[in-house]
Amino acid sequence: MKKLNSLLATTALAAMLASTAQAKTLVYCSEGSPEGFDPALYTSGTTFDASSKNVYNRLVEFNIGTTETKPGLAESYEVSEDGLEYTFKLRPGVKFHTTDFFTPSRDLNADDVIFSFERQLNEDNSFNKYVEGASWEYFNGMSMPDLLKGIEKVDDMTVKFVLNRPEAPFIANMAMDFASIVSKEYADKLEADGKASDLNQKPVGTGPFQFVAYQPDAVIRFKAHPDYWAGKEKIDDLVFAITTDASVRQQKLMAGECHVAPYPNPADLDALRANDDLQLMEQEGLNVGYLAYNALVAPFDNAKVRKALNMAINKQAILDAVFQGSGQAAKNPIPPTMWSYNKAVEDDAYDPEAAKAMLAEEGVTDLSMKVWAMPVQRPYNPNARRMAEVIQEDFSKVGVNVEIVSYEWGEYLDKSKAKDRDGAVLLGWTGDNGDPDNFLAVLLGCDGVGGSNRAQWCNDEFEALIQKAKVVSDKAERTALYEEAQVVFKREAPWATIAHSVVFMPMSKKVSGYVMDPLGGHWFTGVDIAE
Amino acid sequence: MLRFFLTRVGLLIPTFIGVSIVAFAFIRLLPGDPIMLLAGERGVDPARYAELQASLGFDKPLPIQYINYLKDILTGDFGTSIVTKRPVLDEFMTLFPATIELALCAIILATLVGIPAGVLAAVKRGTWLDQSVMGTALVGYSMPIFWWGLLLIILFSGILQWTPVSGRISLIYFFPPVTGFMLIDSLLSGQSGAFRSALSHLILPTIVLATIPLAVIARQTRSAMLEVLGEDYVRTARAKGLPPRRVIGLHALRNALIPVITTIGLQVGVLLAGAILTETIFSWPGIGKWMVDSVFKRDYSVVQGGLLLIAGVIMIVNLVVDLLYGLINPRIRH
Repeated sequence: MKKLNSLLATTALAAMLASTAQAKTLVYCSEGSPEGFDPALYTSGTTFDASSKNVYNRLVEFNIGTTETKPGLAESYEVSEDGLEYTFKLRPGVKFHTTDFFTPSRDLNADDVIFSFERQLNEDNSFNKYVEGASWEYFNGMSMPDLLKGIEKVDDMTVKFVLNRPEAPFIANMAMDFASIVSKEYADKLEADGKASDLNQKPVGTGPFQFVAYQPDAVIRFKAHPDYWAGKEKIDDLVFAITTDASVRQQKLMAGECHVAPYPNPADLDALRANDDLQLMEQEGLNVGYLAYNALVAPFDNAKVRKALNMAINKQAILDAVFQGSGQAAKNPIPPTMWSYNKAVEDDAYDPEAAKAMLAEEGVTDLSMKVWAMPVQRPYNPNARRMAEVIQEDFSKVGVNVEIVSYEWGEYLDKSKAKDRDGAVLLGWTGDNGDPDNFLAVLLGCDGVGGSNRAQWCNDEFEALIQKAKVVSDKAERTALYEEAQVVFKREAPWATIAHSVVFMPMSKKVSGYVMDPLGGHWFTGVDIAE
Repeated sequence: MLRFFLTRVGLLIPTFIGVSIVAFAFIRLLPGDPIMLLAGERGVDPARYAELQASLGFDKPLPIQYINYLKDILTGDFGTSIVTKRPVLDEFMTLFPATIELALCAIILATLVGIPAGVLAAVKRGTWLDQSVMGTALVGYSMPIFWWGLLLIILFSGILQWTPVSGRISLIYFFPPVTGFMLIDSLLSGQSGAFRSALSHLILPTIVLATIPLAVIARQTRSAMLEVLGEDYVRTARAKGLPPRRVIGLHALRNALIPVITTIGLQVGVLLAGAILTETIFSWPGIGKWMVDSVFKRDYSVVQGGLLLIAGVIMIVNLVVDLLYGLINPRIRH
């Protein structure tokens, strides 16, 4: 008997070792700890990477690598004639994760979809305040409460969203992180057990990877979802090793302690390129850094004056001094990775002489102005103070005297909204849902004057184009409208478009199939690793 | 002795209240609030801002907020993190063992190396040995921790590949935490190689965190020893013909240790401050890194709760040192 036992033990051990040898583990040195695991409660990309991107799915998904959407948990959807009703047909046979803390008894159905949104929309829902201070920031930020009239269950596998007004970007919103579909069955069980807050600690989704364990500030472990509706992933285990310091991430990558490490220091890029074991992917970020004039205050109410100042800015000097190789000059208000980006638009050439002449022609002499420099580092502007100094020097060459001002970040954001603001403000934007409306309407629409439209610029021609593009659902038609809007923008020059950041992604050469997401997420679907 | 103990404990109460006021005020003095920072460029409309303020209790006057906060603390409720929505005390308890483990290793290393180095420097006063020990201590004391840590990583983990870069244990080991102390948990797990891995992960952060206390202890030991070595009783002991080792070890060192123990006790504060940077460099999941992240995110509840808990730990350690001191030196009791 003893012999048999030890034989069994040896066999079990051998089997275990064999399976460890075969198990493919990918280690991702993530840049920070997730705030939680319920993506709808948060707004940060770090949290989304650990939850929505890899654990959950949505009704529609972004086609990774683009800003276009494709079917996700909904096989298909229909839009009514008037653009007010979206009917989603759910994919049959979608399994939720089976974990050691939850075993689902049924597949995904309409109840899960309705619960996922109801908890954010309806204050009476028992999960509306399931953790202290739950505020559903993105759901509110994307104006979903105003937009949604109701969500109806047509049958077990069909859900209808009724809107208050036609809104074409609605589909892109459905692909956003807050729209991740959670399991109602799991939520009900947690509530019955008095452990509702576990929904934010131990996620259960339908996504490619399932949650195993989280050691705060150290490690998050996931494993491939064996019954994933789109097929099991090639890697078996996905481990996030939380490493906040960029230099340390680089060291770990070079020492082979992780396979993928995001956000390298710009100064380390050359060393990363020179390393034979590593590959360095790059892509423009879905953002834009700009200098917004105040179009309500003379002489900046004159498009020719704004245009002349734009011609005085040496963008290449800014890219060299501020971005150090991690930026790309911007000519349009939307980034090149976004659909409808108008390639045909020509940027204002750097020409201080012509700029000076143009200013004189408009009767602008001895102009003094303020340039606002942000106090914080953002992807679209790693050093606003330095950027403002370069602009100051450029403007002095055309006889414009610049005073640089700055405020604490919260105050900066608030004060720069004022219609009578004195001076041009440096700011930027990172896209939320990959829809051009999310840039053009938010940042340049007439509704945004006195708010997110820092140029205080309201142009009838531009406004008509973007308003129309918001309600038509035909994508080709929307593309044409947005392309035209970008031409109007360039002519009227409410901003000096400065740069889009370039995002770098260093990884081991063993890693294959990784696709960079223009929206900034880190996805491990389709990724493989060589032994 | 009881009276001495009670006076010391009694002193903790006003200190604790003082710390709670500082902790409460400090984070609110910083510009920006968590709601604005969360919203960023996207902004938040005034109505919703007010609603969120109210939901967090920030709409009430500051004195009321403070009293509510104090009330909660007296019932053991340190609040809930605005960011992670988890109770502050839970987060603290999860992360604190990692900090203690690192701090203990660092203080042991600093004491084991610092005291002999200081004694050696004192005994060989004025020689090249004294000068090199004190010179090294000064360099160690002035070293920016961040730079020092990175330097060690690049040399020992990058170039020589002797030690792992960061973390507490190799990712191939996975077991649920029992005590939170990785050295103990890795032994309990029974997985072969786990303890070794945990130990190798401790080496560099321990050296980095121990550097400043080590320098301070060495310098303090040296000066205390020099003072004692000049005392009459030491001369008498020498005159009696006791071997030098006995004079230094028994007569001198024992008396010189009194100020050194105080110094070691005071190093607990230095260690916890140093842990902030050390933990950030080595991705060590302790409370130092947790506090830094929370300050950046203006997570009021974590910052004020965390500061209070850390201050509490330091106060208790100092109390213990005071009591120890009383035991060693009978004069202090009166």
